[in-house]
Amino acid sequence: MLRLEPFAFAKPASVDAALALLAQHGAKAKVIAGGTDVMPNLKHGLYEPEVVIALSDLGELRGIARNAAGELELGAMTTLEEVERHPLVAAHAPGLARAAASVAGPTQRTMGTLGGNVCLDTRCVWINQSHFWRQSLGFCLKKDGTVCHVVKGGKSCVAAASNDTATMLVALGARLTIRSSKATREVAIADFYKPDGVMNLRLAPDELLTRITVPAPAPGGTWSGYAKLRPRASIDFPRLSVAAAWTTQNDGTVADATLVVSAIAATPRTIAGIGELLRGRKPDDLAALIAAGQHAQKVVVPLTNIDGDPQWRRAMVPVFVKRAFLAGVRGSK
Amino acid sequence: MSAGKLPVDRADPLQHVRSPNRTFGPQPPGARFEVIGKRMRKVDAAGKATGEALYTDDLALPGMLHGKTLRSPHPHARIKRIDTSKAEALPGVFGVVTGAEMPVKFGVIPWTQDETALAVDKVRFIGDPVAAVAAVDEETAQAALRIIEVDYELLTPLFDPAEALARKDIAIHEGNKHGNITKEVLLEFGDPDGAMAKSDFVVEDDYEFHGTAHAPIETHVALARYGSDGVLTLWSATQIPHYVHRELARVLDLPAPQIRVIQPHLGGAFGGKSDPFSLEFCAAKLAMKTRRPVKFLYSREEEFYAHRGRHPMQMHFKTGMTRDGRLTAVDSEILIDGGAYSSFGLVTTYYSGQLLTGPHDLPNYRFHSTRVFTNKPPCGPKRGHGSVQPRFALEVQLDRLAHQAGLDPIEVRRRNFQGAYTTTVNGQRVTSNGFDQCLDQVEAASGWKARRSKLGRGKGLGCAGSMYISGTNYCVYPNDMPQAGIQLKVDRSGLVTVFSGASDIGQGSNSVVAYIVAEELGLRVEDVRVVAADSDLCPVDLGAYSSRITFMVGNAAIHAARKLRKQVQQAVAAEWDVPPEQVALAGGFVFDLNDRARVLPSVKAFHLAEARFETLGATGSYNTPNLGGDYRGGTIGASPAYSFTACVAEVDVDLETGEVKVPHVWTSHDCGRALAPVLVEGQIEGSAYMGFGEVFLESHAVNRFGLTTRPNLLDYTIPTSLDCPEFHASIVESLDPEGPYGAKEAGEGPLHPTIPAIANAIHDACGIWLTKLPFTPGKVLAALQAKEAADAAARGGKR
Repeated sequence: MLRLEPFAFAKPASVDAALALLAQHGAKAKVIAGGTDVMPNLKHGLYEPEVVIALSDLGELRGIARNAAGELELGAMTTLEEVERHPLVAAHAPGLARAAASVAGPTQRTMGTLGGNVCLDTRCVWINQSHFWRQSLGFCLKKDGTVCHVVKGGKSCVAAASNDTATMLVALGARLTIRSSKATREVAIADFYKPDGVMNLRLAPDELLTRITVPAPAPGGTWSGYAKLRPRASIDFPRLSVAAAWTTQNDGTVADATLVVSAIAATPRTIAGIGELLRGRKPDDLAALIAAGQHAQKVVVPLTNIDGDPQWRRAMVPVFVKRAFLAGVRGSK
Repeated sequence: MSAGKLPVDRADPLQHVRSPNRTFGPQPPGARFEVIGKRMRKVDAAGKATGEALYTDDLALPGMLHGKTLRSPHPHARIKRIDTSKAEALPGVFGVVTGAEMPVKFGVIPWTQDETALAVDKVRFIGDPVAAVAAVDEETAQAALRIIEVDYELLTPLFDPAEALARKDIAIHEGNKHGNITKEVLLEFGDPDGAMAKSDFVVEDDYEFHGTAHAPIETHVALARYGSDGVLTLWSATQIPHYVHRELARVLDLPAPQIRVIQPHLGGAFGGKSDPFSLEFCAAKLAMKTRRPVKFLYSREEEFYAHRGRHPMQMHFKTGMTRDGRLTAVDSEILIDGGAYSSFGLVTTYYSGQLLTGPHDLPNYRFHSTRVFTNKPPCGPKRGHGSVQPRFALEVQLDRLAHQAGLDPIEVRRRNFQGAYTTTVNGQRVTSNGFDQCLDQVEAASGWKARRSKLGRGKGLGCAGSMYISGTNYCVYPNDMPQAGIQLKVDRSGLVTVFSGASDIGQGSNSVVAYIVAEELGLRVEDVRVVAADSDLCPVDLGAYSSRITFMVGNAAIHAARKLRKQVQQAVAAEWDVPPEQVALAGGFVFDLNDRARVLPSVKAFHLAEARFETLGATGSYNTPNLGGDYRGGTIGASPAYSFTACVAEVDVDLETGEVKVPHVWTSHDCGRALAPVLVEGQIEGSAYMGFGEVFLESHAVNRFGLTTRPNLLDYTIPTSLDCPEFHASIVESLDPEGPYGAKEAGEGPLHPTIPAIANAIHDACGIWLTKLPFTPGKVLAALQAKEAADAAARGGKR
């Protein structure tokens, strides 16, 4: 079987201890939360850490609560299964529960964490393979190589953000709390990602994501819905990831809406102009949703970075935009 | 190339039914069946469910080393130099082996042996084994692989079979007589051209099968020990221990009696473990070199490189039919992408044509099949070997013809039913045949008459039929010995041990022989223990392929057990002073049929028999009668009995996305007699599951670099329980005259019709004929849009 290369292993007992280790080892360390993504990537030689820092003992990073401001706070080490099942999530952001429930399969969700999913490495058909496999094609831009096999002559890596919860959290305007041994900062999740498939996180080597905060719903309620295209009904990473969040006016029509599409490029992409398009329309107004979907389709260009016919994936954008909204309508707020 | 014409005398279909050669008919040994036909657990079910069952990778021996294989990163290259000195010097490395030390070519089919344990001079696909290392642990072995130096001279790779056929200048196997052709078969029966010309309807189009892998849970694994007694023992996850034994002797140049091959519990095979593989030779060679036990466990990726999956086929088919729905002729031209080596390819090439001549009466037939080498992982046998692909083409064409003639597709199949006890156009003897009942069952179960074409847009039903072999009389190496053997040994405790050569690969052959022996000797199943697939202990069986085991080993088991049964009856009859036929055996007792109060536990009866006949034991065997057409290749595909299957699939096409849900698959299978109905149903469901996966999700592809595109179970998407249809399995028992108690195969046949039934259902649902597998949603959507455009144009034209 595939074996791990040797590395030192640390399992700090507190966040402070973890941050101290990160400060000490920096880029030579790899943080492992649930391990469902890091372990296969380690076996494939995508990381070559000197030390692996496991967060599994950090109970303080686990849990879901509503704060005084009515925001939902989720510890980074909360498992995806907990996010999927927690009544507070269902009440506050049903789209997030749905996005978490669509990650991988049930066994992975008992291990995989929300923080881990937010920090999930980008994926590409040319990278998530063994060292032998990647070596046989001369490697690629993301690691060990100088060419891109997706975009001929491409100079920047187009490996795709493939994290279901990130798409939804961007749509919900979530904020991330990031700590280092020196400081704590908060950042809008949309600003956490950068368009570089090699490393799409704005996260310094000594930093750790500790908390995800979902803003309080608008006074009239905030609706959220998620739709995922994948070959099988479980296990698979998204071939298209679509999240919608919106607020309503007194008559039930849309006041404002955010639409995010991912599993396309290195970052989840917020589609501009959706609020204007849908304002005053019912959120299940099919004509309006199709218009929104076609609007999104204009700017979303799937590549061969992800398995599955890119033309078809592009054709699916309006369908899944519609389904994300309809899922949100069905799931109420 | 081989060509032949067969004059077929169809006047007396019974003439070919020879008197059964050591078969026992469909009747129970006593008044009624006590074990056979009952719903029982597999004999190894508890051990597998609890984790007690030992698979090859569970075995560890003192001092055992771990082996790893260096593989070619190039699809086609000449090896200029290999230097293993650094690897040999690495601490913890005990041995390194290269192709030069094992240059003897091997292969199951003696005429096409073209593989070596490790590459000699040339590599032919990415993943071709080049060198192997044995070290204290896998990490050290892995490190050693990295410092083996190999210089390659790159050669032009050929990935496209049509290009491989055309490029005479590039030889994947130098010295091959026909360029890159590994096998070409052209056979013609009757007058296909004349009949086609006289047909009322003819359809002609191109079909594609994409290639799929077996994806067993257990990857290849082998453990070898070379003892101080000079005996080489190999434990291997193989479904053909006998051929592995033979090939080990040849390649290692060891006397065969010095080799023992054992197949432990096996975690699935599906045909993917039907060849000898590099790791078996490397483990053995390195064990001999290091004098330490050596184990190789392939990673999932390596399992995909070892491959032997279902061949991609490009199939041009032409089929004719009369106005009243009678098939007139089939004419096919098939290009088979073989990958880098021959494997079973000779048989595949024949099977792609030979196995289509039932259950539909096919009066005129020609097939021309050509298998070529390409620089890709070698293809081989996968469940339904060779015939799943052309069956898809034929059954879709049947539906197209039915559509043109305005006939119900099930009715068309009924009208063409060849019947039982007949001879096919290519000279295959058909005995029992319950296909008509299979059609009746799926027609009724699916609500066909009331529901077909009436489910609303996007929903539909489709049907298909098929036949398959219960083993063949083509023995892969020529010999006159039996194809299957059984030995029985009776212990004074009352335990009967069955020594069976058969490989239980999960299909349940150990259970079936236990049931048969229990039935014959009137024992409880738990008083029969099976020792299987160990060349030191068990008689030879050729292996778990071609759906041969229940039929052949089952007959051998009856043969052996009935000898013992007679002895027991005679001994007890003498004791009781009654005629032997008055002594009945059932449920762990022996009793007097005329005086039920007179009863003995079986163990006491065994004691009487042992006292009378000395040490008890019996052997049994089975060999096929002479079968097959009198032409070159006529025995390939000639089976002592054929199974038949009918299938109806229900589909629900998402017209927005092109995704297809399959809510139901009804499969009815004629397996002669269902010796173990639970196992038969399991095989039917498992087959339908596998076929379903091949239609939509599973695709073994090779990318532009020659790399296997999806060499893991995340990318190679096999259906999960959420994706699956509801499978409805039903059994037709046609009671074959030569099968054990009338049984035929059930393990492979039921897969065949699943694929075309789904294709035909998609047409019923939305009017598109899909001819190129896999049916990805993108393809489905494109076909839907093309149809919409064509319909719109037609409407516009009418205006």
